[in-house]
Amino acid sequence: MEIVMAFVCGFLFMAAIYLILSRSLLRIIIGTGLLSHGAHLLILTMGSFKGSVPPVLHGGSSDFVDPIPQALILTAIVISFGVTAFFLVLAYRAYHELKTDDMTLMKGSEENE
Amino acid sequence: MNNFLLFPIIIPFFFAMILLFGQKKIAYQRIMVLIGLAISIICATNLVFDVYENGPQVLTFGSWPVPFGITMVGDMVSTLLVLTTLVLAFFIVWYGFNSIGKEREQFFYYSGVMFIITGVNGAFTTGDIFNLFVFFEVLLMASYFLIVLGGEKPQLRESIKYILVNVISSALFVITVAFLYSVVGTLNMADISLKIAEINQPGIITVIAVLFLLVFGMKAAIFPLYFWLPSAYYAPPIPVLALFGALLTKVGVYAITRTYTLFFTHDLAFTHELLMILSIITIVAGCIGALAHFDVKQIIIYNIVIAVGVILFGVAQMNEVAFQGAIFYLIHDMIIKAALFMLIGIVIYVTGTTNLRKMGGLIRTYPTLGWFFFIAALGLVGVPPLSGFIGKLLIIQGGFVAGNTWLTLVVLASSIVVLLSIMRIFIYAFWGEQGQLSKDVQKAKYKHLLVPTVLLVILSIFYGVGTEWLTPFIGDAAKLLTDPSIYTDSVMKGVE
Repeated sequence: MEIVMAFVCGFLFMAAIYLILSRSLLRIIIGTGLLSHGAHLLILTMGSFKGSVPPVLHGGSSDFVDPIPQALILTAIVISFGVTAFFLVLAYRAYHELKTDDMTLMKGSEENE
Repeated sequence: MNNFLLFPIIIPFFFAMILLFGQKKIAYQRIMVLIGLAISIICATNLVFDVYENGPQVLTFGSWPVPFGITMVGDMVSTLLVLTTLVLAFFIVWYGFNSIGKEREQFFYYSGVMFIITGVNGAFTTGDIFNLFVFFEVLLMASYFLIVLGGEKPQLRESIKYILVNVISSALFVITVAFLYSVVGTLNMADISLKIAEINQPGIITVIAVLFLLVFGMKAAIFPLYFWLPSAYYAPPIPVLALFGALLTKVGVYAITRTYTLFFTHDLAFTHELLMILSIITIVAGCIGALAHFDVKQIIIYNIVIAVGVILFGVAQMNEVAFQGAIFYLIHDMIIKAALFMLIGIVIYVTGTTNLRKMGGLIRTYPTLGWFFFIAALGLVGVPPLSGFIGKLLIIQGGFVAGNTWLTLVVLASSIVVLLSIMRIFIYAFWGEQGQLSKDVQKAKYKHLLVPTVLLVILSIFYGVGTEWLTPFIGDAAKLLTDPSIYTDSVMKGVE
């Protein structure tokens, strides 16, 4: 299972990096979304897949799943959701103001505008 | 258990929410933000003395037993930084009354400032590595808002890059925490420290150490990850720039200091050597940038990079003298950078340009501004008895004690470059022929901008002159960094 997950995470990171390196702003944002998905799956994998019952302390079973990674993922998902929403709004506004979504046209500073 | 620990985090957060209401009433916004910061400063000062007398204070949420609940730890390092943060925020907000502009004031600027303070103070205080990530996100989210507030074209253009860089570094942070969790099986920083000591830092932990250096280095702007900083910090208005320059990179520096003194202390030959070499290259890169530009904002921005290098060089020495220097220098740099950005803001206001070549002769028209800029510049360089001196002296002494003679000489030489870069501003802007002057300078506004700036410069002078009085506090902090068992013992009290 860990091997499969490693490949899934790796594939997500690969796709994310490919998208982030592209010119279009929208693709970059989708790339950051994939990047955080990859990171979340990685946390899940790092918590290991041992354990067979939910982490509720009754019934006497000690073979329960580690709940911490799940709590971490939940927090990280909420945060990446907020950041992605903000990023999308910003991209829309930037597209309106700058009249472009091409990152190669957005470089430079005040002097060489 | 000490609930007072949370006040410097909760109070700004509470006031940030209150400020979301009554958006258009500027007087209400201004009064509330100052009240909030003043109360927080009082609490933080109390906390510093409390920690000084009773040792590190610990609070675990929900009264869970220690390694399981989220722990907040107020030790000397974090409480001093919290206090500095709040004091600086107070001056920067005061300065912003006359500089940030009505539109921004009516559009949640003060809420944004309070949220960023919440995040920064939380990041300094937390004792849980994942909680550190959460507080980083809080301050980043507020910084995204502040950097783009106003919606000018350069702001939009730069904030996209700023957000992208930080989203990637946040993802890397989560990944690193996941790796660390899978190896040591805990998130409590004191517990992590003990567990790593138990397993004697195998290779995988060293890999994680380097990953942490990447993550925090992106925020602290060390070489080669400082590429985003000059253009991103150039875009927002001066008060926001002062806030970012004084606080945000320093949170990254603090996080590196914390992880490299608490966790990764068993393979110094690799991790700290790497940190030292990177800090030296950071200093050199910053020096090149500071000399290459003729734009006053850019020169000071590159000086942030140099200072980060100097502080981390002190941290990499791993002896008490250098730690003492690093903390002295860290707090000095926060104060003096805020003061310099505020002074630069006034210079830009009275000249109407950021280009040094167009300025000149300001010492005749604005003598007060000129002399205070001169004092702040000498303070930045570290001319005794001003504030930069003692920190740099101790860092260099620590470097010699650790036996890194040549690299220490590079740090020493960087002071001369800093002197040159900052004196160039003084010579071009204040001496010589009368240069460009802005047509619509209001005397009253100039005076209102000058008051908080002058007070902050005077504060930095006191910081330099009052070294004797501050040494017990900073010495405590340095002792804590040298001996992580002080930290772990106070957190893990009563735990088997």
